[in-house]
Amino acid sequence: MSIPFVAIEARPAPVSTEGLVPWMRRNLFGNPTSTVITLIMLALALLWLPKLLNWAVVHAVVAANADQCQAARGTGACWGVVAEKYRLIIFGRYPFEQQWRPLVATLLLGGLLVASCVRHFWRPQLALAWVVVLALFFALMRGGLLGLAPVETDRWGGLPLTMLLATLSIVGAFPLAVLVALGRRSKMPAIKTVCVLYVELIRGVPLVSVLFMASFMFPLFMPPGTSIDVLVRVLVGITLFAAAYMAEIVRGGLQAIPKGQQEAADTLGLTYWQAQRKIILPQALALVVPGIMNNFIAIFKDTSLVTIVSLYELTGSMSLALNSDSNWRPFKIEAYLFIAAIYFAFCFSMSRYSLWIEKQLSRSKNR
Amino acid sequence: MTEPIITFDKVNKWYGNSFHVLRDIDLSVAKGERIVICGPSGSGKSTLIRCINRLEEHQQGRLVVDGVELTDDVKAIEAIRRQVGMVFQQFNLFPHLTVLENLTLAPMWVGKVPKAEAEERAMAQLKRVRIAEQAGKYPLQLSGGQQQRVAIARALCLTPKIMLFDEPTSALDPEMIKEVLDVMIELANQGITMLCVTHEMGFAKAVADRVIFMDQGQIIEQNNPHDFFDHPQSERTKDFLSKILGH
Amino acid sequence: MTARSAPPPKRDWSLRSRAVRAVLYQVLALTLIVLAVWFLAHNTLENMRVRGIQSGFDFLGGPAGFDIGEAAMPYESTEPYWKAFLVGVLNTLRVAITGIVLTTLLGTLIGVGRFSANAIVRGLCYGYVELFRNIPVLLQLLVWYLLLTEWLPDPAEPISLGGLVFLSKGGLSYPVPVWGLGQGLAALGAVAGVVGGWLWAKRARTHFELTGIQKPVLLPTLGLVLAGGLAGWLAGGAPMAWNLPKVGDVAVEGGSALTPEFISVLLGLTFYTAAFVAEVVRAGIASVPRGQAEACGALGLSKGQQMRLVVLPQALRVIIPPMTNQFLNLTKNSSLAVAIGYPDVVSISNTAINQTGRAVECIALIMLVYLITSLSTSGLMNWYNNRAAIKER
Repeated sequence: MSIPFVAIEARPAPVSTEGLVPWMRRNLFGNPTSTVITLIMLALALLWLPKLLNWAVVHAVVAANADQCQAARGTGACWGVVAEKYRLIIFGRYPFEQQWRPLVATLLLGGLLVASCVRHFWRPQLALAWVVVLALFFALMRGGLLGLAPVETDRWGGLPLTMLLATLSIVGAFPLAVLVALGRRSKMPAIKTVCVLYVELIRGVPLVSVLFMASFMFPLFMPPGTSIDVLVRVLVGITLFAAAYMAEIVRGGLQAIPKGQQEAADTLGLTYWQAQRKIILPQALALVVPGIMNNFIAIFKDTSLVTIVSLYELTGSMSLALNSDSNWRPFKIEAYLFIAAIYFAFCFSMSRYSLWIEKQLSRSKNR
Repeated sequence: MTEPIITFDKVNKWYGNSFHVLRDIDLSVAKGERIVICGPSGSGKSTLIRCINRLEEHQQGRLVVDGVELTDDVKAIEAIRRQVGMVFQQFNLFPHLTVLENLTLAPMWVGKVPKAEAEERAMAQLKRVRIAEQAGKYPLQLSGGQQQRVAIARALCLTPKIMLFDEPTSALDPEMIKEVLDVMIELANQGITMLCVTHEMGFAKAVADRVIFMDQGQIIEQNNPHDFFDHPQSERTKDFLSKILGH
Repeated sequence: MTARSAPPPKRDWSLRSRAVRAVLYQVLALTLIVLAVWFLAHNTLENMRVRGIQSGFDFLGGPAGFDIGEAAMPYESTEPYWKAFLVGVLNTLRVAITGIVLTTLLGTLIGVGRFSANAIVRGLCYGYVELFRNIPVLLQLLVWYLLLTEWLPDPAEPISLGGLVFLSKGGLSYPVPVWGLGQGLAALGAVAGVVGGWLWAKRARTHFELTGIQKPVLLPTLGLVLAGGLAGWLAGGAPMAWNLPKVGDVAVEGGSALTPEFISVLLGLTFYTAAFVAEVVRAGIASVPRGQAEACGALGLSKGQQMRLVVLPQALRVIIPPMTNQFLNLTKNSSLAVAIGYPDVVSISNTAINQTGRAVECIALIMLVYLITSLSTSGLMNWYNNRAAIKER
């Protein structure tokens, strides 16, 4: 005998759990403490938000007029300092009329970096593009050919300098980091010890001391009579610093590759370097792209330290722009906010990208 | 006729606003009864047993466990959890504690049992699941089958009246399934009330008093194992059985 | 078949043997490094000869000739260089240790706040982390310094908090007790109270294991510490002498003061590192699988017991290594104080280099100081890691 089967149709839930009001009930008024906090926050917002808006927007002075700004001191922000000094802040001491050159160079480099992040462009031509763009960058900034007036490296500054230092040091640190990571995992004691010493020494000291070393000691390392450009010195210092941290990141990726991969490569008869190039490194590097990205963000922020050794990147050029001009010196805070916003925009978008890459990689792993 | 130990009375549950995962569940479980629940994935079988110890909350209907009605009342939930033990698909052992410490944790901190007595009870349970020699090891040092047996012992340490099993062998390698099923069969023959969600139909035939088939949130069919497997009544049941017993 | 011991290894001295090649590669690598180091050293000595720069650490014995803005120990400009360096190291430690304590508190609060039931708290914590992580620490230090030196009132008209604490461009002045026998005994008494509390906790634990009943631990410990301190203070004659800051003609006099340099370095480092610590704490708590909480629920453990016995021990294992990393970062970032004028060891070394020209020696000294700190912390961390690791097959 068959049981008559009566299907029960799906019904909507009696009490709604989705939608704005239920969300608010759960997340803003879920329990007594939460409710109290929500009310206090609303009260504080009502108290402070209008004042902040007043200062930042309503009474703010946008025109590049020092007198207006002085008059508005205390009641309104002086965004005029940005309008007046932005070129000095962004491009440093580069000669004023020639500032289209660092502008073009920065846009080119920025475009290259963004393109390198998009999977679509990951082709051999990308490496060529890197060489070309970097050559163009230096040609534009340095000048001395094609009718461009030469500009010494100590006049380079601001945002182009920040991007140049960050990009070149990461690019230079990468091969060194891979070698050091491989060396650290090698079974040859001498090579392993040297790599361990290098990594632990550099990671144990602050970047400032490495920059001091670069600034004061590198000239002594060169044969007497030769001089070495301050930009090159600082670049070498930052590169050595970045390579030590990146070596640890790459080493983490190498450790995550199962031993079976190396064993399979050995049974196929590949030499050590062939196995590394074709099998181990491609997998390891794909794993550590988020880590390398984070390293890039950290180095990008750390370039602000070269101010201490008298290279005027973004932070330094701002101090330079305002310290020398007593009309605008009282409005440092607005200028600080301006460059903080620039850094934030760059670093936040880079960290979002890094998170996105991580999700992509974990998705492809879980398939 | 004694009071059933678990009663579902028109129990309904939704995930969010629209996913009606348990639809008008009516179920009575007698003391000492052994029930196997089967069905395709997504049918709500895990959700059903997780409602019994309030790991999931039902929104409509009445659910009474061991004489206590399950509501948001914290004291009621605590009382019920002392009588209901649960074994998970992923074992969920505490990796930072030894096997013995995993077992004595709840009796000491919830049952207020002195340490020496808790350890005695723990060793007795470990002997019961035949894994006493691993008492000093850490969970991740054991095989999957061993870990699941430890998990069963951990649930038994609180001397529960009801044991819930949520696909206990689904995460195990084939050669380890037997050792866990043997322990469960021994347990079943000792009079404990059991509700087990599983695909192991051999276990159902050996031990169950009742087999329940669920699909899309409803109980489609329930019967004793003999009649359930040999004379399924509903088309859906027949379809499901042909899929899982086919190979 | 009984087991036999292994035969001795065969030595094969051909160029194709892996062992021989390994030795060759290492000899090659070492030779290259030695050559490079010799080349650099030779150049350095030549350059120093040409420029008349002297070398050696003997300058450390000579008089420093410069004042230090704030020192934790008595220091005059006639003191030798090594004492100046010592003052620098103490200043670095001062700001680093205070910073580490504050950043742990703040970072943990914010990290836990990311899991709050209230969406506004969650959003604010997320906003804090993103804001302070993405702005360079040097910039943050400069902004704090600017705020403290421009927006605080002049030292002659400070903000007064209860007439005891004064805040102005000159820093934060606060009262300190005149240290005498009474205060010393009070401190000893408090320490005795801590020891007593620890003993009480041990007894309570034994009692719990014997009977299953938990005795209160926190309040009695607090009570013991307070009682011990009070007893010591009374035994020393109940001294009430305080060094109170007073508003003078041009500045606040008396009491003890925190300079604006110290405060801005401390606040800048704390707020920056707390953002990273918050992320570490959040990742640690999130790393404990949800099944652990479910198992606790099924066993009947309360939420507090669940956090204390199961979630936190596992979360801490994941949290502590990166957290120590952040502590080290904070210590290393304190070197940026040189940009503000806080006399930490890097700043003093900078002055020394400018005065004596002994760049190599001074830089080597500061690197040594930081290396010792980093390596000892890493060593401690590795020991903790090995002890606390979750044991696997």
